[in-house]
Amino acid sequence: MGIEHFGTVSFTSETKAAGFVTFLEQGKVMATRCRKCGASCFPPKMDCPKCFSSDVEWFEIKGSGKLATYTVVNYGPTGFEDDAPYILALVAFGDGLQVFGRLSRDIEEGDIKVGMELSLVPIKLPKDRIAYEFQTAHGNTPHG
Amino acid sequence: MEDVAIVGVGQSVFSRKCGISIRELCFEAFKEAMDGLDITNSDIDASIVCSAPEYDKQRTPSGLISEYLELTPKPAFCVETVCSSNSTGIRVAWSLIKSGLHKVVAVIGFQKMSELSSREAAERMSRGGDIIWESPFGLTMPAGYAMHARAHMAKYGTTEEHLAKVRLKNSHYGAMNPKATYRKELSLEDILSSEVITSPLKKFDCCANADGSSCVIVAIGDIAKRVTKIPIWIIGLGAATDTMTMAGRETLTGLRCAQEAAKQAYGMAGMGPEDIDVAEVHDCFTISEILAYEDLGFARPGDGAKLIEEGETYVEGRIPVNVDGGLLSKGHPIGATGGSQIRTIVRQLKAEATEAQVKDAEIGLVHNIGGVGQYGNVTILRR
Repeated sequence: MGIEHFGTVSFTSETKAAGFVTFLEQGKVMATRCRKCGASCFPPKMDCPKCFSSDVEWFEIKGSGKLATYTVVNYGPTGFEDDAPYILALVAFGDGLQVFGRLSRDIEEGDIKVGMELSLVPIKLPKDRIAYEFQTAHGNTPHG
Repeated sequence: MEDVAIVGVGQSVFSRKCGISIRELCFEAFKEAMDGLDITNSDIDASIVCSAPEYDKQRTPSGLISEYLELTPKPAFCVETVCSSNSTGIRVAWSLIKSGLHKVVAVIGFQKMSELSSREAAERMSRGGDIIWESPFGLTMPAGYAMHARAHMAKYGTTEEHLAKVRLKNSHYGAMNPKATYRKELSLEDILSSEVITSPLKKFDCCANADGSSCVIVAIGDIAKRVTKIPIWIIGLGAATDTMTMAGRETLTGLRCAQEAAKQAYGMAGMGPEDIDVAEVHDCFTISEILAYEDLGFARPGDGAKLIEEGETYVEGRIPVNVDGGLLSKGHPIGATGGSQIRTIVRQLKAEATEAQVKDAEIGLVHNIGGVGQYGNVTILRR
């Protein structure tokens, strides 16, 4: 499965980082790290402009993160019309690593609090699509 | 080296649907900018056209506009930093003049957003973020700013009522601006009861797409003094970027690109926020104006809400901001917005803003942001 299957709607199909989707299928959300200078990145980057190396490795984002901010989107753009309302969120996993995505629909709007602990969980979407979402950390925690 | 000044400013009426072509729209702003100047089309050495090209039907509009305004055979080209394209145009014009390449440059901004259907516009909106990693989740521009708003509220206790008070002020001044799309004064109740678009932002927290054009004529000092009675000098320029992705943002309670651009502009002008008499800031959303108060140093981090609460950004206040109604009232024809902001400051510094004049204004500032804080431009002008 390539990057064109990632998320609700995709816009492009070619990237050296397409392996991200393969890992998602295996139940892992991955970031990258430059093998030469050690810089880690999310979103993943297959090239390192710090040291001009393209020798990067994947590592799994484990554990829980803290909700940095969120918004409930009531009007989706083209391709997302039937999807709204949905909740976009930014979650900080430490060491400067932040992940952007959606909150699980199982979380009630009234229960959302900036700073709450969330875990990162790969999910299957309809029509052969794949993504990840944030779930309450005490619920489904596949990363322990 | 000689200083660089603004000698003419103009803008079309901003509206939801202009009903004319982009060349005719640009003519309106050009005509007002050239009004009363002791120069003609043939004295303009180059034109810089500013637009966000994904909204244009016309491919490569700079050539078309150059022909229509009879600026050929002088060089013409396009610059783009989405919503701050026009300030980038001013920066490039200044550089072209300072380098000695040109003496008089026209910066022309436009956007005819009604040319696209709302469906087409929504499709463009869906691709405004990083299309591989963030757009697939349904990120929109209002959603990006809403996330900055939520973070500011969580950290500093800013409320939806504070946000509404920004619109209250801007609608008050928008009602006096004959070039604004929205000229109706809104009540706090109207604003707070409007529907939620992307929480915490409601309908009246958001500016609207619009059709419009603006034009700024920039000239080298000796010509500026000759062609106009009151040249307005460009004394500070700052420009910076922040990450395209939300995931890359190191701060959410401010826009780093604006903080950095402000630092550069103040440094170049040799002054600080306390020296600014009147400012135009990029209020694409109400939260954007509060972030701008803090990023520009008009308020300490976290105190932006207090500034609007205490009415300090009204004409009579300590630092009047967006006293032309802002983007919230004028509407936001992307490529034309920065020029419209410059026009307002120039009118203020020339004491021509009869509808809402800041007393004895000598130094003004323009803050123009592209995208959700991807591009930041700050320009300081002096009478």
